[in-house]
Amino acid sequence: MNTIWEILPGLGDKLAAHVVLSASAIGLAMLIALPMAVWAGRSRIVSRLALSLASLVQTIPALALLALFFPLLLSLRSVFGEGLPTLGFLPALMALTLYALLPILRNAVTAQANLDEGVLEAADGVGMTKWQKLYLVEAPLSAPFIMAGIRTASVWTIGAATLATTIGQPSLGDPIFAGLQTQNWALVLAGCLASAGLALAADNLLWVIEVGLARRKRWMTFGGMAIVLLGILAALWAQRPASEERPVVIAAKSFSEQYILAQLIGSRLEAAGYRVEYRDGLGSAVVHSAVANSSVDISVDYTGTIWANFLKRADNPGREAMYETIRDWEAKANGVKVLGRLGFENAYAFAMRADRAQELGVTSLADLVGKGRSLTVGGDPEFFERPEWLAVRDAYGLRFGKTRNFAPTFMYNALQSGEADVISAYTSDGRIAADRLVVLADPKGALPSYDALLLLSPRIADDPGVAAALQPLLGAISVEAMREANFAVDREDAGKLTPKQAAEMLANRAGL
Amino acid sequence: MFVLVHPHSKPLGKGQSETLAQRRNTRYSSQKMTNPPPLLRFDGVTCRFGDVTAVGGVSCDIAKGCFVAMVGASGSGKSTLLKTVNTLVEPTGGRVLFAGEDVSELPPARLRRRVGYVFQGIGLFPHMSVAENIAIGPRLAGEKLAAARIAELLELVELDPAYATRMPDELSGGQRQRVGVARALAGEPELLIMDEPFGALDPVTRDALGHKVRELHTRLGLTTVMVTHDMAEALLLADRVLVMDKGALVADEAPHTLLMGAGGAAAQALVAVPRDQAERLAAMEGRLA
Repeated sequence: MNTIWEILPGLGDKLAAHVVLSASAIGLAMLIALPMAVWAGRSRIVSRLALSLASLVQTIPALALLALFFPLLLSLRSVFGEGLPTLGFLPALMALTLYALLPILRNAVTAQANLDEGVLEAADGVGMTKWQKLYLVEAPLSAPFIMAGIRTASVWTIGAATLATTIGQPSLGDPIFAGLQTQNWALVLAGCLASAGLALAADNLLWVIEVGLARRKRWMTFGGMAIVLLGILAALWAQRPASEERPVVIAAKSFSEQYILAQLIGSRLEAAGYRVEYRDGLGSAVVHSAVANSSVDISVDYTGTIWANFLKRADNPGREAMYETIRDWEAKANGVKVLGRLGFENAYAFAMRADRAQELGVTSLADLVGKGRSLTVGGDPEFFERPEWLAVRDAYGLRFGKTRNFAPTFMYNALQSGEADVISAYTSDGRIAADRLVVLADPKGALPSYDALLLLSPRIADDPGVAAALQPLLGAISVEAMREANFAVDREDAGKLTPKQAAEMLANRAGL
Repeated sequence: MFVLVHPHSKPLGKGQSETLAQRRNTRYSSQKMTNPPPLLRFDGVTCRFGDVTAVGGVSCDIAKGCFVAMVGASGSGKSTLLKTVNTLVEPTGGRVLFAGEDVSELPPARLRRRVGYVFQGIGLFPHMSVAENIAIGPRLAGEKLAAARIAELLELVELDPAYATRMPDELSGGQRQRVGVARALAGEPELLIMDEPFGALDPVTRDALGHKVRELHTRLGLTTVMVTHDMAEALLLADRVLVMDKGALVADEAPHTLLMGAGGAAAQALVAVPRDQAERLAAMEGRLA
């Protein structure tokens, strides 16, 4: 496994993207907040309204704020046309800008309100116009306080920008999310160190500017500004497109299997001469829309997920019928090509610790009826909102004492530590075997099938080279092979592999 | 209504004062020459803030060259009335005429460059050096004040020209107010208005600066209106004392007529304080002698 020091130098691209995103958000927030603060200084209503709105934004969790821009931009496409990006830089910029407004606005308004009355009277007394007063007196005297607000905003924004990963904007959040999902703590730490280092560097540089403004040391002010500007320019330079042609973008949702499969797909395409780019850690709903509008090109999705979430179906017509319905629907409704099935299923299944199941005498979901009230059921963050959960609950009439959400990797730990009695496990998960878990039978067939599918965006749907490179993967991956690869990434001991290594192992096992 | 002209006012000197005089003359010559208008005229000025009447219908004329002190207790409306001159306060009734023109019709920025303003808060710009503070008025008018002129202004207020490069927070209270006076004079104003200019200073500095301002008034041929709550200061510096009480102008006298008992009860109550103090001090000296 890589150590932090081996990972850090490889984060240059992510760092550059992070700097460009954060700097753009802070710059835009300044462009909005500073004129607004001037206006607020002249009208109490504006001041109240602006500050309340900015505070309100702060109460929305950054992750939710980022995610909310996806549907917003999607609906705005009816106005601005299909070219409007709904994922990546634009929504990340908008969310982070909103987030950065408050500290800048509040400090600027407070600074104005706290200006010495005598100085303001003198400004009027010597005959300054409103603009001269603003430019010659109010602005220079408020500048150190405004700069302090910009500093706070910068630290917040650099921190929150790591969350941009979830809406498909590369940032230092990429290694953090990837590491969290694959329990690669070195990767998580490297991402955290890099973003914390960036935040500290920005904080100190802006502090130098602030002190320069407060003590009227021009060399400090301009020196600090020059370094900040150089940093941003360097990041922009590093961000310049390497070539005109867009690489094939491979998406991964935020769990180990997706990271491994993304690497497997990527390595095959690279071997076939394609340039590839990875977009890791995307939300389940985001990935599907992203493929449909060609923001990403390839994703692995599951029949049950598409069935319930996008076709909004609750019935279960059987595995083959489901696959064919989905294949036709994707082609017709989205222009997405379902290249085929990889061969294994990653279905939702309810799992328990063997000793606990024996103690309670439970082997199937039907056995839980009547016993559920004293039990805690754990699920991934979206599980209890999903139609599968409702279907199972209503089919068996299940009532649990408590439901708790866990990140997928932590769900198994929760089962071991007794914080959950039953969890919504995944059938391809290596830890089912490793932890000797009992998978509860589903005699009523309430849970749909979850065949892993290879989806191609409309942009590359008819690319024969892509299809040829990926064709050998279809039907080649058994659930045992997938479990083994997943477990290799999830395990904590010396046998732990990176998703890339696990992908190689999987390729060997599948005879590719 | 009568006008007292300062008895010591001399013909205007050379240089800037001459140009000031010319400016005034041209303005006056455009009007009827029979009776030149006063430099400043309050015409039924009323200032209400909600239910409170700060100034209730004050009328009076101030001739050019005059040093007028406006005296009254706190809340008598004297500061409010003064600030109607440079429109820092807008009257709710009546009007203020400056050199015959209604101040509310003059562009405020231009008006304030013609009226030097000194006030208790001083309000030196803390981010500007002494020189930049003094030069701010001309700078706003698009002129650059020469270093020699800044040195001259500093010497006028008895500060070493080396102070030009200092920042306001390096100065004492008295030095700051001297700079405040120099700043007010930098634009060669026709009128100097002062709102409790020495209120925050220690007695020694206060006395010295009072004398200095009076001397500059005479030397530069200024017209000065000073608001103060200190009757002794008013009597010793001014040619003419206006007494305000509850928003009304209750007395308009020369210092010596006030001392002889004119001006009514409110004015005499204010005169009684320094007189009483002086008598007690004299009595103490007599006892010691």
